[in-house]
Amino acid sequence: MWRFLLRRAVLAVLVCGTVLVLSFSLTRVAGDPALAVAGPQASAADIQAIRVAYGLDRPLPTQFFDWVGKAARGDLGRSYLFREPVANLVRDRLPVTLTLGLVGLAFALVIALPLGIVAALNEGRPLDRVVTLVALLGQALPSFWLGLMLIILFGLRLQWLPIAGVEDWTGFILPGLVLSFSAIPALLRLTRSGMIDAMASDYIRTARAGGLSRASIVCKHAARNAAMPVVAIAAVQLGFMLGGSIVIETVFNLPGVGYLAWESVSKNDFPVVQAVVLLLALIYIGLTLGADMLNALLDPRLRA
Amino acid sequence: MTRKVAAALGLLIVGFTLVVALFGPSVVRADPFAQDLMNRLKPPAFMGGTDAHWLGTDQLGRDYLARLVYGARISLLIGAAAALTSGVIGITLGLLGGFFGGRVDDAVMFAITCRLSIPLILVALAVVSAVGASLTIVVTTLGLLLWDRFAVVARTTTMQVRTLDYVAAAEAAGAGLFHVLFREVLPNIAPHLVVVATLEVALAILLEAVLSFLGLGVPAPLPSWGLMIAEGKDYMFFDPWVIMVPGLALFTLVLGINLVGDGLRDLFGVRRRV
Repeated sequence: MWRFLLRRAVLAVLVCGTVLVLSFSLTRVAGDPALAVAGPQASAADIQAIRVAYGLDRPLPTQFFDWVGKAARGDLGRSYLFREPVANLVRDRLPVTLTLGLVGLAFALVIALPLGIVAALNEGRPLDRVVTLVALLGQALPSFWLGLMLIILFGLRLQWLPIAGVEDWTGFILPGLVLSFSAIPALLRLTRSGMIDAMASDYIRTARAGGLSRASIVCKHAARNAAMPVVAIAAVQLGFMLGGSIVIETVFNLPGVGYLAWESVSKNDFPVVQAVVLLLALIYIGLTLGADMLNALLDPRLRA
Repeated sequence: MTRKVAAALGLLIVGFTLVVALFGPSVVRADPFAQDLMNRLKPPAFMGGTDAHWLGTDQLGRDYLARLVYGARISLLIGAAAALTSGVIGITLGLLGGFFGGRVDDAVMFAITCRLSIPLILVALAVVSAVGASLTIVVTTLGLLLWDRFAVVARTTTMQVRTLDYVAAAEAAGAGLFHVLFREVLPNIAPHLVVVATLEVALAILLEAVLSFLGLGVPAPLPSWGLMIAEGKDYMFFDPWVIMVPGLALFTLVLGINLVGDGLRDLFGVRRRV
């Protein structure tokens, strides 16, 4: 058990290291960031001054370790564009993105779990076909387009919900719903196949033979066993959804980390871009590590 | 029965899009790049427009049908090229990891974990922004990022095949490593990989649309469907068809490819992986 946890933790640390190198080099592939900061009209002396001011004249490894060392202490550098510490920018915007991700996950679970269970209990029948079709349609829907269409329908035609910003909680409904669509197909299929396997197992037959009610069998026994892999995938999907928030936040004009990242990418604000890449990667690594550990605690077979 | 109908429908959609992409531009006579500022945002013929522009015109008066048809070319090209690139990378990694196991496999698994940890869309945006947007850059970036599912599936299936007799027989007969990997193992895991390939083509098409929509994909004035939606966004409150048309085209094509993928899965008897 401890061996598994240790191995898993070491792996997570190694992945973190690689992600650090990747997010650092990402902002260097374009060549000299000082050129982008200075703009097209800058003289050679201006560019050199910027290089010195931002420490870009030092050797790359020095810059890298300096950045990592400061990042570990919560100092992510200063934004070229906002002239503010990156950590403050990210801290101000993170709550919106996390709320969006959690609302999206909640929508995804509320929609996918019941549909998956219903499909499994009606395996091969028309109802199952309809649910599988929903998963297929959801997979093909471009999220940004769905967002725009919902804005037209609910925001403009029906005027039920706000179309941009987050004045209050209603601002999260449409973006959360759109974000959930990216996770629904995987969660739905996994719930369905897990429930089909569980319903065919011996302990369900025993429970049936013991005369338990159908509701009790489905809810208490089968669903509980089918839930385990769903927990792991839900954590992974939450990570993907936070990554996908960049699209949704841009469509709905939400002041989150994703929108900040998009602005920074289009304006060459490298310190912010590398910080957000790092942050999203760390959240993903943490989520998957947590899910693996939870699963190892619940299922002894996984510890080998 | 329904499954066969669904697969046939998918084939029909993909086949139709392929024909449109290949021959459409020579059938639709209008120039997708020609602007006509006196005839901006004319509605489609079935919404009160004229037969001159069957799907109407965009905000610069360019023929929407011509742009849509030309956009099919871009979508299919990017989907196929990105899936091919990522397929070569992912399948090679998966074959090596699954075949050798041990340290090699650890390294492959590590690469897959790292790839999954980095936020896909953001990194693609950053790379395209840094290197400069063009069709080639978008294809290369997506190809270098979308290999993970190929690697995972190639690795697991190679592990299953590796211990089978015909592999041992080939090794005993003195076949080289290259021969064993690419002539014995690869053909036997190919059905699984073909199914993955359909998923990746669909994903690459969707991601290209996302990148173009965010302004860092296929550069204007090329008529990518994602770019058409981005350009139409400012006019969608008065003329919703401007974003409905390219969005529906995108949705239908991706759905069609996924239906073909499901059909192939049934045909090959491949089990679905999440």
